[in-house]
Amino acid sequence: MAEKIFTRNFDRPQSHTLGVYRETGGYTALPKALAMEPTAITEEVKKSNLRGLGGAAFPTGMKWSFIPKGSTAPKYLVINADEGEPGTFKDRYLLERDPHALIEGMIIAARAIDSHVGFVYIRGEYVKPWQVFSGAVKEAYEAGLLGRNIQGSGFDFDIVIHRGAGAYICGEETGLLSSLEGKKGWPKIKPPFPAIKGAFGQPTIVNNVETIAAVPHIINRGAEWFAGLGTKTQGGTRLYSVSGHVVKPGVVEAPVSVTLRSLIYDHCGGIRDGRRLKAVVPGGSSAPILTADEIDVSMDADGLKAAGTMIGSAGVIVMDETVSIPEALMVVARFYAHESCGQCTPCRESTGWIYKMSHRIVDGKGRKEDLDTILDVAKRGAGTTICAFYDGAVGPYVSYIEKFRDEFEALIPRDA
Amino acid sequence: MPDAKRPEFSAEQLQEVRRLQALYPDKQGALLPALRLAQEVFGYVSLEVEEYVAGLFTMSPAHVHEVVTFYTLFFQQPTGRHVVSVCHNLSCHLLGSKSIVEHLTRRLGVEVGETTADGRVTLLTVECLCACEQAPMMQVDDRYEGLLTPEKVDRILDGLS
Repeated sequence: MAEKIFTRNFDRPQSHTLGVYRETGGYTALPKALAMEPTAITEEVKKSNLRGLGGAAFPTGMKWSFIPKGSTAPKYLVINADEGEPGTFKDRYLLERDPHALIEGMIIAARAIDSHVGFVYIRGEYVKPWQVFSGAVKEAYEAGLLGRNIQGSGFDFDIVIHRGAGAYICGEETGLLSSLEGKKGWPKIKPPFPAIKGAFGQPTIVNNVETIAAVPHIINRGAEWFAGLGTKTQGGTRLYSVSGHVVKPGVVEAPVSVTLRSLIYDHCGGIRDGRRLKAVVPGGSSAPILTADEIDVSMDADGLKAAGTMIGSAGVIVMDETVSIPEALMVVARFYAHESCGQCTPCRESTGWIYKMSHRIVDGKGRKEDLDTILDVAKRGAGTTICAFYDGAVGPYVSYIEKFRDEFEALIPRDA
Repeated sequence: MPDAKRPEFSAEQLQEVRRLQALYPDKQGALLPALRLAQEVFGYVSLEVEEYVAGLFTMSPAHVHEVVTFYTLFFQQPTGRHVVSVCHNLSCHLLGSKSIVEHLTRRLGVEVGETTADGRVTLLTVECLCACEQAPMMQVDDRYEGLLTPEKVDRILDGLS
């Protein structure tokens, strides 16, 4: 049985409370971190090979080290709990079942980057996660774990919970910052990166919930232990959200080196109703699709990159042999057309146009040039926009058509 | 009675807005939470509510309008007493969200985006709510309801006031 870190308490009654968190070793990393030099915390996280678990897989310790040294400006720690990537639900579990791991990780991260205020941006639809997390923050204040002079260390840290209002793009870190500042969630051009000029114009680190929830374990058990759980370039276990046509959908914790085949067949009971696997989206809807014979891949950031796709948010969507890939593309294309923020022309125009084309193909009214037009429009726009949203849409547009072209062509009338 | 056409917060509500504004380095950070509060109080965010909230932030009503229209959880028209939002993204699609939406439109006698004549339910389709392990699923006001079947949907609707 592989080691459980994130999920160790998930099935324990009242796992969201301070009492249960403490019974299982909670808040024992905090005094260690408060006694460490901030740079030593960052070094430990660097050595652990922890990489961002929200989507971009950027090395976390390296990100922290981009905060300007010796800067006296206020610095902010912002937690991205705007979970929204289709097929992903692990941060909801963490907020509801292990909220104190996030709080403890935030205090440690804040100490590392010299921040005294942390904002937690929770998607607006997440009502219960917000309620549970708010309760945990209140408990932490009452126990002197947040606020002024935490545990007599002289370190002050406050948490502000900020609720979103419904917009996928606010999961993009600079879109999130715009939204936190009281604006529409338009992403910002980088550079400057948030570490230099982020929330309210000040140096800011934006990290995903799960990434920060890993930090107390790294401080407690050491960087080598965490690094040793994973591959050479990515440490730890992580949470895979598995949905679609598997026997047992849900959150699975596994080392990042687990294979996609093992996730589907060993952890989730295989395909429902004795059917055969047709395709899998391995990392949330923006990750290029894999066919049934491409699932012997390691589910770490670099393993999937080598397979021509991406780990993204580790949302695994499993499709059996009954699925119409053109219909699936239409559903995904509708999503990107709806969620494009409208700032960059290639994204705003192409997402709408491609949705229309994918829709008419499914309706049996496709034109014979539509498939090549989608591919052309998709590839031309890639890399031309402010944020990664459009590149994320291009992943499914291109891969669904290139890997299942026959299925699309069969729907297009011959005389079209 | 709070009125979205002539909005005015109570003293406590105004105090809450000031508390929210003080949480951010720039008070504008509190715009989303303040609009959420306004919607809870007045039922929806009318143009009058936008103008009123703009006054509390000393900002242009045009800016507030730009924000309100950007996000899906701000309603610019009155809704039913309950809002039912069915996820139609990929995982829910794979497990039959289309038939759930069809069942709801038949049962409620409305199209997606409409409110029942008795003002009880507004029916919407939405993008991924990130509860794909319970697909097909929907949000009913503040609650997530998953592993939906037509029978389960009927039971949920029967429980709504």
